[in-house]
Amino acid sequence: MQTPDTRTLKILYFAWLRERTRVAEEEVSVPASVASVGALVDWLSERSPGHQAAFANRRTVRCAVNQDFADPATPIASGDEVAFFPPVTGG
Amino acid sequence: MATIRVQEADFDVGAEFAALTAGRSDVGGIGCFVGTVRDHAAGRRITAMTLEHYPAMTSPALARIAAEAERRWALLGCTVIHRVGRLLPGENIVLVLAAAPHRQAALDATGFLIDFLKTRAPFWKKETFAETGEEAWVEAREGDDAAAARW
Repeated sequence: MQTPDTRTLKILYFAWLRERTRVAEEEVSVPASVASVGALVDWLSERSPGHQAAFANRRTVRCAVNQDFADPATPIASGDEVAFFPPVTGG
Repeated sequence: MATIRVQEADFDVGAEFAALTAGRSDVGGIGCFVGTVRDHAAGRRITAMTLEHYPAMTSPALARIAAEAERRWALLGCTVIHRVGRLLPGENIVLVLAAAPHRQAALDATGFLIDFLKTRAPFWKKETFAETGEEAWVEAREGDDAAAARW
């Protein structure tokens, strides 16, 4: 599946991002040009109207790459697990 | 050593106190915080609160927060237990215990642990409203960030 020109990522969605995208988890192959979290959000937004709705207000979306909090500038590599979720509300 | 657990089942505060201090007599004080489910939010009655989390990230995130507290206040031990799943008003959500030689460290570390957990651990709450049965995700509060920032 993967060629040198693409990177394969595991994407997870939690809380209302999961409800809007209608998927909890998906594997995607993105072009090599998608090299940061911010670029990945642009790319994922095009996948479906639900994805578009999930990422419509990016100020309310948080991200983790390989279980560490990340921001739009965080680089992504093939094999990474990238999770998107709202600001946390535990405790 | 920190005890970290994420579980659906309730916890027994007394048993956790006993476990934290078992076999030692160097503890001078234990700080304790228990978070529970309120039956109302913004003037509306709620019938349930459902907690979701990111399992692969939750335990490492809690362990990092606990390690930071142990380092900053030279704790003799601490316990963080967070429940997930569907909880009813009055039920326990979260337990934080911090044991130290002196009270100020125990109290401050307890406050730090709950404030950081609220802003750094990947949990999300959804409330179910009584009147309509409608559900809504709880929004993060700026006050929580301010509470974490004071540490």
